[in-house]
Amino acid sequence: MSDISSKRLELAHNALGRAVPTTVNGKPQIPFPGVGKFQPRGRKAAPPISSNKDYPDAGDKRVADLETALRKCGLRDGMVISNHHHLRDGDKVAMMALEAAARIGAKDLMWFPSASFPSQQGAIELMKKGVIHHIEGSMNGPLGDYCTQGKMRGMGVLRSHGGRYQAIQDGEVHVDIAVIAAPTADFFGNADGSHGKSACGSLGFALADSTYADHVIVVTDNLVPFPCVPWQIQGNNVDYVVEVESIGDPAKIVSGTTQITRSPDRLRIAELVATFLREAGIMKNGFSFQAGAGGIALAFVQYLKGMMKEDGVKARFVRGGSTKFLVELLQEGLTDYILDGQTFDLDGVKSMANDPRHVATSPFTSYNYHGKGNFASLVDAVVLGATEVDVNFNANVVTHSDGRLLHGIGGWQNCLFSGCSILALPSFRDRIPVIVDEVTTMTGPGEMIDVIVTERGIAINPRRTDLLHAVMGSKLPIRPIEDIKEEVEKICGGKPARPKLGDRPCAVVKWVDGTVLDTVWQVE
Amino acid sequence: MNSVETKPSHSGEAGHWGKDIRSDLHVAFEARENGGIEISLESRVAPYYGQAIMEQARAVLAALGVEHARVAIHDEGALPFTIGARIEAATRRAGAGAGKHWLPEQHRLPPPSPKERLRRSRLYLPGSEPKYFINAALHAPDAVILDLEDSVHRDEKDTARILVRNALRAVDFGACERMVRINQLPLGLEDLAAIVGQSPDLILMPKVEQPDQVAEVGRMIAEIKSREGITRPLWIMPILESALGIENAFAIAAASEHVAALTIGLEDYTADLGVTKTAEGRESQYARSRVVNAAHAAGVQAIDSVYGDVGDMDGLRRWGEASRAMGFEGMGCIHPGQIRVIHEAFRPTAAEIGKAQKIVAAFEDAQSKGLAVVSLGSKMIDPPVVHRAVKLVERAKAMGAIS
Repeated sequence: MSDISSKRLELAHNALGRAVPTTVNGKPQIPFPGVGKFQPRGRKAAPPISSNKDYPDAGDKRVADLETALRKCGLRDGMVISNHHHLRDGDKVAMMALEAAARIGAKDLMWFPSASFPSQQGAIELMKKGVIHHIEGSMNGPLGDYCTQGKMRGMGVLRSHGGRYQAIQDGEVHVDIAVIAAPTADFFGNADGSHGKSACGSLGFALADSTYADHVIVVTDNLVPFPCVPWQIQGNNVDYVVEVESIGDPAKIVSGTTQITRSPDRLRIAELVATFLREAGIMKNGFSFQAGAGGIALAFVQYLKGMMKEDGVKARFVRGGSTKFLVELLQEGLTDYILDGQTFDLDGVKSMANDPRHVATSPFTSYNYHGKGNFASLVDAVVLGATEVDVNFNANVVTHSDGRLLHGIGGWQNCLFSGCSILALPSFRDRIPVIVDEVTTMTGPGEMIDVIVTERGIAINPRRTDLLHAVMGSKLPIRPIEDIKEEVEKICGGKPARPKLGDRPCAVVKWVDGTVLDTVWQVE
Repeated sequence: MNSVETKPSHSGEAGHWGKDIRSDLHVAFEARENGGIEISLESRVAPYYGQAIMEQARAVLAALGVEHARVAIHDEGALPFTIGARIEAATRRAGAGAGKHWLPEQHRLPPPSPKERLRRSRLYLPGSEPKYFINAALHAPDAVILDLEDSVHRDEKDTARILVRNALRAVDFGACERMVRINQLPLGLEDLAAIVGQSPDLILMPKVEQPDQVAEVGRMIAEIKSREGITRPLWIMPILESALGIENAFAIAAASEHVAALTIGLEDYTADLGVTKTAEGRESQYARSRVVNAAHAAGVQAIDSVYGDVGDMDGLRRWGEASRAMGFEGMGCIHPGQIRVIHEAFRPTAAEIGKAQKIVAAFEDAQSKGLAVVSLGSKMIDPPVVHRAVKLVERAKAMGAIS
């Protein structure tokens, strides 16, 4: 394991002119060569061969506790331990696993969560103690600050949900031990997320780890007699099953009710997005869209629903992050299916458990770069957020404008492959303009971003002459992006000063294919 | 956090800060005998605008003639017009800067307001809450009201006045008519002194009971306008909010040639009568009819009160439609979400528009043939009907109901 503090890293400029390190945590890297330009060869990674004769004939893989399971998996210093964020901020399993590893005396682990949450702040203490060497996965709040202040011994690596799958599949990250939180499981290791007191919906984020890791541990607080049906995670991939009192705090796993924004300005943005889809002819029979659980996205779904009803239009499928608002579309016959990657509220969880048209998906189905085809490109339109976007339509979702880590990438990058990628955002926050000359951290190349919708108008990427043409003559406030930027700078009293970033890389942002898109620099 | 107090010494504070405050700032000003200007700044936008805020603070203090002071600023992402207003307010509260002010850059003024312009909706904006100003016009009400009266705490009248003055100058309110609701007289006269120089389009006068109150405001406006060389019209809309006001409705509407519209405030009116304000509004039927009649008698617009339940869009629609049927031309809004419903409620029906268009066409046809009598089919159309049809078609065009 390398220590970034002790070495000077070599930098190279990638196709977008961003300076990126050529090695990360000791591994050589490929600077982003452009969208679709990277063509890896060779064979996919694979877990070691296992034989069922080595597992109990009666199928009972239960062990006393996580510590025992980790010991049996042969936990050693420097291993890669993975967890998943389907329990979101309610998750207790990640910290249970890391603390058990600490008790065993393991050092220099690489923690590989599909995303981290405030409930996992304890990881900071474990980094200080040397148990965790570094984290490859989203970091925000105190964990993000720990990283951007340069305190982490290794470099952070931010990947999209699809990019995490890609990194596991092509062997860039080899997971030694995957610890999967399961709201329901049987003693064989079959696991499901849509039932049980800690139900969360889909377990899709854990799928790659369950099939590629050397060892897989399932941790559940709802053990049912074999078989656990449906099995989102197959027991055939699982080494050990651990039963615990509670895998998470249900109140933080899903929200009871997801809230639509009440801000008139954000509602206006949401309505403009829906109207855009209608006017551009994207909202038509058999269409598809994806929208997350943010306040604007939820409101967008409500506006679009009204327009679909008015025009007598039905969607073939919608992609979640599911919420009660998508579930209502399904129940009212306005979509044939929900293809769900992550389930945000109780209505979503219930619907997945009871309605076969509400399908649990994983990043393999939805976003996988090494798949034979890309689901994400079959989606007609996607509505996303961002912290910054520049005049070339490049966008930043991972850092504040001052360079501090703010969000993980999630499925954001992967969604950009849809037919129409829309960023819905306010044109300024407090006094900080959202449209800038150059984004602080490149997370999505402008060629992948089609439309920016703000409360002050809609900017269409000049590359999308088809969209520009489609909405010509409509009443939509279509404006050049520079025009909106100038208006906002006037309101804010001039261009913002560029914050000073350090010259030491503390994390990298990967593109969906594993090449390095940008660097997150240390801040003071 | 709200920590606005006026201290007896040569110090003053204005504005708000804290984690739940947005687009505002808190300024603590302390005068001193010597040592020049010392400014401390904490701002959530410091990396981007810290330098700009410091420069602006120095410019504002210089304009106010302050040479020696300690100024502490806690900024929560306020825009420059707010920063200037809060520094000026804190300085004044410390007893300094009298008679001087700093003004933000002048935004292009909208075209002057015609007396009979569309006034279907007017969106109330609390005069002490700058965060609501900047995007108000995006929701496209016919007018915005920067309110200095009931939505502003009595201890904040001085600061709101400065903030509203700066907003009139710096904020782009688009195509909206820029209205200011002043306080009751005599406090309202101080409001006028602060804001008339920034060319608002209309002054709402609350709780008017006597015509001479309107005349007094008209005189003061004329005086300031002539002193400042302002030629744009500045209309007056008296609000009748008591039984006595209603009794004097016609005299009030006719008290000044600058009155463009007459309106009613139902919260205060029903309180004055000692009755409950209901969603159907039967208790105020008489007063509202009286306002409509007095307004028309005086040749001004009749405008209705607000609908208080922002969650009840069906109730709002029913109220608006009934209001239009009574002869009102618009009403107030307390939330942007009400604007569209109100505009729909005050929109003439397609049948009304169609009929009016036919009458107008018949009138134009008669004109071109040199006929004095307008007829449509077998019917003769009286001149008042023609006049009403012309007006309705004009209105429908202004609303975008016809092209």
